[in-house]
Amino acid sequence: MKRIALIGMPNTGKSTLFNRLTGSSARVGNWPGVTVDLLSSKVLLGAEMVEIIDLPGIYNLHGFSEDERVARTFLEENPVDLLLVIANSTQLDRQLALALQLRELDLPMVLLLNMNDEAHRLGIKVDTDWLANELAVPVLSISAKHGMGLGRVRQALVDTLSIDHPVRHARLEKVFHEDDAMEARLDQVFRGAVEVPLTATDRFTDRLDRVLLHPWFGLPLFFLAMLTMFEAVYTLGAPLQDGVAWILEAVKTEMVEPGVAQWHPILNSFLLDGIFDGVGTVLSFLPIIVLFFLFMAIIEDSGYLSRAAFLMDAFMSRLGLDGRAFVMQLMGFGCNVPALMGTRVMRSRGLRLLTMMIIPFSLCSARLQVFVFFTTAIFEPWAAPLVLFSLYLMSFVAAFLTALIYRTRLTNEDPLLLELPPYRFPTLKQMWLRGWREVAHFLRQASGFILLGVILVWALTHTPFDAVPASPETLAGRLADLFAPLFAPLGIDNLMTIALLFGFVAKEVVLGAMAVIYGVGEGELAGIVGGQTDWVQAYSFMLFVLIYTPCLSTVAVLKQESKSWRFTALAVGWPLLLAWVLSFSFYQGARWLGF
Amino acid sequence: MAIASMTLSELPTGETATIAALTGQPDIRTRMQSIGLRVGREVAVIRRSRFGGPLQVRIGTTDLLIRPQQAMQVVLA
Repeated sequence: MKRIALIGMPNTGKSTLFNRLTGSSARVGNWPGVTVDLLSSKVLLGAEMVEIIDLPGIYNLHGFSEDERVARTFLEENPVDLLLVIANSTQLDRQLALALQLRELDLPMVLLLNMNDEAHRLGIKVDTDWLANELAVPVLSISAKHGMGLGRVRQALVDTLSIDHPVRHARLEKVFHEDDAMEARLDQVFRGAVEVPLTATDRFTDRLDRVLLHPWFGLPLFFLAMLTMFEAVYTLGAPLQDGVAWILEAVKTEMVEPGVAQWHPILNSFLLDGIFDGVGTVLSFLPIIVLFFLFMAIIEDSGYLSRAAFLMDAFMSRLGLDGRAFVMQLMGFGCNVPALMGTRVMRSRGLRLLTMMIIPFSLCSARLQVFVFFTTAIFEPWAAPLVLFSLYLMSFVAAFLTALIYRTRLTNEDPLLLELPPYRFPTLKQMWLRGWREVAHFLRQASGFILLGVILVWALTHTPFDAVPASPETLAGRLADLFAPLFAPLGIDNLMTIALLFGFVAKEVVLGAMAVIYGVGEGELAGIVGGQTDWVQAYSFMLFVLIYTPCLSTVAVLKQESKSWRFTALAVGWPLLLAWVLSFSFYQGARWLGF
Repeated sequence: MAIASMTLSELPTGETATIAALTGQPDIRTRMQSIGLRVGREVAVIRRSRFGGPLQVRIGTTDLLIRPQQAMQVVLA
């Protein structure tokens, strides 16, 4: 099968074009020499199937960033029949440089000048015929977002592929030191092909920036925007989540339970209480993840992410992070999982890992549920919101403390050279495709891990099978005994320790687990917990819940994104230690003060 | 060349100048070049963020964020 590599700078609409050409059939694949996931898809072009691979956006074929290394290695290790190069028509003064570099590889090539609608609006004129002649490759002017010119793209690909050409690996060392000559050539080609009016700036963007990047109002507006996004995700997501939970419950009682009723009780409990309930809890969070990615797509594609970076960078740079890290951290307050995946936009591995270290401290919606329960059960109505607010503060304190401690080890060699693209609005189709693909990816990667965790918890709480689930006689109970010397100094008793063990899988199950442990319905739980724990114990417990591992899904994504067991171990181990130290200091300190 | 050459970090907001040279590490220079900060191009400072944060600069039709440390490596004519 013939192979086409899609290549271009960031912000050229490369992914949009890829989606347009391939529909939603793309898959993540592994490639020789390349450690990151690359999207690829097989499509019918003319009479034959060809494979299109979406290479990461790069500025320079000879650059030093991770993405640039990936693209280079891919081209060296994998034979390619055609380079499909995409450039932003409004920025050809620099984007043609990459096309010129790629031209030197002497592979068959088709050059697409995307966003011709924006170029037209700015009054930029490109002589595609002249350019095609000069570069000796087909050049097409298109708009991937609006689907204009795609028929001609397919035809050009078919035509170019039909010309016989020896397939081979790209030899990159040959062209490595010819960049200076390229500069002069770039100017010559650009002047010949492109006509730019004197003031070719997007007036809409300029006006919007004057407000959104205002020295005084910029930051408050940014926080307002983030708050609105959270509200939107949860206002829309909560009913969907309930819907999924309702469907799962119906499936369970109507179909699964009758189906397994005759089976051996152990097998029955394993399937129902173990796998179905456990996996179901995770599934019920999918709507939130989809919504988050929809909003992520808007924020990312609109160009606002770079603006947020502009606003917050001064503070974040002192922590060894940058403005984008702060945006991801805020996303984490909804759900850590998509926030962790969002760090993919960072080019420096050190920066990315440091950001991934701090995101799990963000007080996500699942933890919020536990805190709301405890604050209302234990504290006076006037104090409850203040307690909750203090936990949000602790969330930032833990994150910034962690960044300060690890910034020297996970150093940021990314000099924050970010493009500020004009404001754009993604189409609904773009947003939907993005959300759907991320969820599919998440399920493929994390499902095994989640299943394993769920089985483990079931086994711990149900062995021996004749004991009451999660009682002191079970393995979980004995494990809690084992941990007692660790948790007693924090004021956390054995029963609560079992809840913490469950919480490792997902904070969503903490309350349910406590209901099982105390042997009551979730409704009566508040009275019992309120009677057995004082506020110092409760706050110590909440501190621990806030800071230690958020959930198995987060751990799975930490591993998936970092591709390093060592980092994953650190990202799990450090918060455990920090949680213990902070809870210990709080509990012992409060007791010492006489509370 | 001027006796005391100015860098991009010192260019007042709203003013335009021509890039004369890029200094510093070769890998960062390459990044700067490929994102559009090339010798001979005109660059304007659009705005500065508060508390010593990044600058928004414009080269042709491209707007960039650049931290003051990196802007110091862009020597102006």
